[in-house]
Amino acid sequence: MAAAEESTSPQALQEKTWHGVVLQTLKRHDIRLVPYVPDRVLTTLIKNIHADPFFTTFPTAREEEAVGIISGAWMGGMRGAVLMQTSGFATLANVLASLAIPYQIPLIMFVSERGTLGEFNYGQSLVCRTMRPVLDSLAMEHHTATRLDEFEFIVDRSIRQAITTQAPVALILSPLLTGGKVFEK
Amino acid sequence: MNKAKEIPARNTKVMNRFDLTSRLVAKLKNEEAVIGGIGNTNFDLWAAGHRPQNFYMLGSMGLAFPIALGVALAQPKRRIFALEGDGSLLMQMGCLSTIATLAPKNLCMIVMDNGIYQITGAQPTPAAAVSDIVAIATGCGLTNCAWAADEEDFERLVEQSLSAPGPTLIGVRIDDKPGVGTTRRDPVQIRERFMLGLGVRQAL
Repeated sequence: MAAAEESTSPQALQEKTWHGVVLQTLKRHDIRLVPYVPDRVLTTLIKNIHADPFFTTFPTAREEEAVGIISGAWMGGMRGAVLMQTSGFATLANVLASLAIPYQIPLIMFVSERGTLGEFNYGQSLVCRTMRPVLDSLAMEHHTATRLDEFEFIVDRSIRQAITTQAPVALILSPLLTGGKVFEK
Repeated sequence: MNKAKEIPARNTKVMNRFDLTSRLVAKLKNEEAVIGGIGNTNFDLWAAGHRPQNFYMLGSMGLAFPIALGVALAQPKRRIFALEGDGSLLMQMGCLSTIATLAPKNLCMIVMDNGIYQITGAQPTPAAAVSDIVAIATGCGLTNCAWAADEEDFERLVEQSLSAPGPTLIGVRIDDKPGVGTTRRDPVQIRERFMLGLGVRQAL
């Protein structure tokens, strides 16, 4: 990271954030529809996507509702991605197994990772442990992003792969990347 | 409990899913998309005669309206119908608020309400004896929704929805009959043919 800082102008570096990378990469791939169930870590990203008229973005009551919306939009010719938290991903096994995977929908998910690296809620740390086994049991593509310097590569390539192979992908945003949510009292 | 269920809470005729679905399909002249919910709802859509703009769900109970919302957002010039069972809608009632907020002009939702999970053995839903789905939808902010009193009224409401300025929801009370046909369970073909039907893809 220190080396990267030296090789980039201070201004450019200041501008480069993980949420900026997500927003710009979504745009580059013409991903306009972004339903979400909010998460503290995603706050800035959600705010910036709302502020950008390129996007159609709104909250849904449940994550699987957002997956349904994205699936319909894809079939209608509009690309989308879903934002959620770890505990929200835990509600998705059925819709992944009965809609996204068998119908070959390139469902792109950004999952803000709770439950690890300083979690303060035991339930969050337990539900987090179900996430990767579920992804692996469905043989789904997934990556855990921990570093800003490789984040754009991961997001860009994963979106490309999801669309060209018509397969879902989960991009897990580690606290190492985002800072996570910490207990403050 | 069961006795209460038998007392009609509304002055609406008990109709038949396949008959109503056939009446709907007969009215579609402009390549309107139709999303058929899980189970009997899409079986009857299939039985009413396959159309290239039909999408059949083979799982993900409760997602007919969200999927239809996605299609409606992607293709604002096309009218979209979604057929959903009452039990399915109970699983995903939050979507009514999402749809009311986004208010797509081109979406019509039809709820086939028999008060039972017909396909699993006709057990009553938790809502059967006490809840009014059209009232729920109204409470969610969908101002243009109504129970169809009979078949003629259903057809009238469908006609109205075709030029409605916002999303509409039609509740229909139906009998306990199973679906007439069985959808061919080939999800990739269903999806691909739907995309061809919507003009998103060209055939190989």
